[in-house]
Amino acid sequence: MTLQRLWTRGAIYLVLIAFAAYYMIPFYIMIITGLKPYEDVNVTRMWELPNGLYLEGIINAWQRVSPNFLNSIWITVPAALISSFIGSINGYIFAKWRFRGADTLFIIFLVGMFLPYQGILIPLVLTLQKIGLYGSMGGLIMVHCIFGIPITALLFRSYYAGIPNELLDAAKIDGCGFFGTFRWILLPLSLPAFAVVLLWQFTTIWNDFLIGLVVLSSPRLAPINVAVQNITGSFSVEWNVQMSAALIAAAPTIIVYLLLGKLFMRGLLAGSLKG
Amino acid sequence: LANRAVSQGEAGLAGSSIAAQKRKPWWRSDMLLAILVLSPSIIAVAVFIYGFIGWTFYISTVKWNSQVPDYTFVGLTNWIRLFSDNRFHIDLRNLVYYAIGFMSQCIIFGFIIAALLDQKIKGEALFRTIIIFPFAVSGIVTGVAWRWLLQPTTGINLLFANIGLENFQPLWNSHPKYGMWAVSIAAAWQMTGYIMALYLAGLRGIPNELREAAAIDGAGTFAIYRYIIIPLLMPVTFTAIVLTGMNSIRVFDLVSAMSGSGPAFATDTLAFFMFQSTFGAYRYSLGAAIGSFMIILSAFLVIPYLFSMRGEIER
Repeated sequence: MTLQRLWTRGAIYLVLIAFAAYYMIPFYIMIITGLKPYEDVNVTRMWELPNGLYLEGIINAWQRVSPNFLNSIWITVPAALISSFIGSINGYIFAKWRFRGADTLFIIFLVGMFLPYQGILIPLVLTLQKIGLYGSMGGLIMVHCIFGIPITALLFRSYYAGIPNELLDAAKIDGCGFFGTFRWILLPLSLPAFAVVLLWQFTTIWNDFLIGLVVLSSPRLAPINVAVQNITGSFSVEWNVQMSAALIAAAPTIIVYLLLGKLFMRGLLAGSLKG
Repeated sequence: LANRAVSQGEAGLAGSSIAAQKRKPWWRSDMLLAILVLSPSIIAVAVFIYGFIGWTFYISTVKWNSQVPDYTFVGLTNWIRLFSDNRFHIDLRNLVYYAIGFMSQCIIFGFIIAALLDQKIKGEALFRTIIIFPFAVSGIVTGVAWRWLLQPTTGINLLFANIGLENFQPLWNSHPKYGMWAVSIAAAWQMTGYIMALYLAGLRGIPNELREAAAIDGAGTFAIYRYIIIPLLMPVTFTAIVLTGMNSIRVFDLVSAMSGSGPAFATDTLAFFMFQSTFGAYRYSLGAAIGSFMIILSAFLVIPYLFSMRGEIER
């Protein structure tokens, strides 16, 4: 290895480490601030580590947001499961039952994935009020399932497109119809796709703020991110409690990301229509 | 659309023999079943996305600016009021600041990090995990953390002071005119990893022979990037522009958590204006006009994008 090459490699690692440090800074600040007692949170010692392990911030924050944390679980888990199941059926149809106009219809679905919700919110509220689902968890679950139709169909469609048609033809000769082929051929092969889609939907729905705020704003039923915004929006709440609340809101998606990072990456690529 | 497809009754399982299909008439075929099973989703998308967009446009042309619904047609009155509203002008200015700051940070840093990670780096997976990490947390969490980091009296400014920059103490998102640039820093922190992942996948798709051939021809690393790799990655850059552009138009949660409208609306956005007009001030028609305007802006990005992706989507 020449000296110049050694120098270049060193510089590359240095830049990467600097970037990595930058992306970790807000997490560092959230964790150290969340673990400090209120007296130690002040503007001059912000970057210093806590001088011990203080859980009062976390406990205080948990007392405030734990009901909303549970709400978010009751909303996110069913919504992610139902929308993944809908997505697998739709993806199967779009990939393997290519009726005339199917591709155009699919693109029309995808446009819906990209448009801003602000152009939909008012009729959404009016409709939910009319059918009696406004302000209920069931209503919010339904809305997340509907808005998840495009992305879940996209993810499953690209996965099923990779399954050879010969397999389906063979099933057909053996007498499998529309549902039989899905149940006995595709579904058993779908585990990796379900993992990606479930992870993607879980993260998206858990991290949602706008729809939860509009559809389920009552403080008792609100999802976690709405609750965190409510307590951090008031300046009377101590910083260590605010940071702890943010950490609690972030914990499930962070854990899921750390355990299943590879799948997350696949979702990222597919979500932009690439890969 | 679906009906026409059924009446044609010609397409079977993709690539399967048509003979099997011909035995049954179309109304008993599995193809009809497939379309029937898909139809609830078609209806949901048609109503909840396209129908609601149309409905929003309709509300923007009526006189409903109080708590009581009023469907008196007033034409473009709400739109004219919106276009002459000073807050709207500030929001457009903020959109430009934010979009430039956010998009350039995401694309430049995303590309640089991806290019560096593509150099057979030890611990690549760890670097990748760390840099995508922020994308796993919500806009609210991001906003809470960055609001603390960008407090003018502490946070980043404290670090500046400690390295002797006592006179360089920006107001960040509290700045009455340029606050939006500071918001774009927090937003880019969250999304750069996503753009980096796209570029990394793009770089992995470029065959090594191309670089080797250029290197044999005497091209330096810089020239290889300038004349071969960056042009080949144009489709990825286009994707990155569309994704970050869409995000710029609709940014809401991050702003809510960081500073709200800010001093003199310095960190106000269209989404925030829409939310406050509609659900705070009950000016539904004005809110609908803002929402419709956001749909139109987004359509300029989404429709060319999906057209360019047609080949990829249809295979």
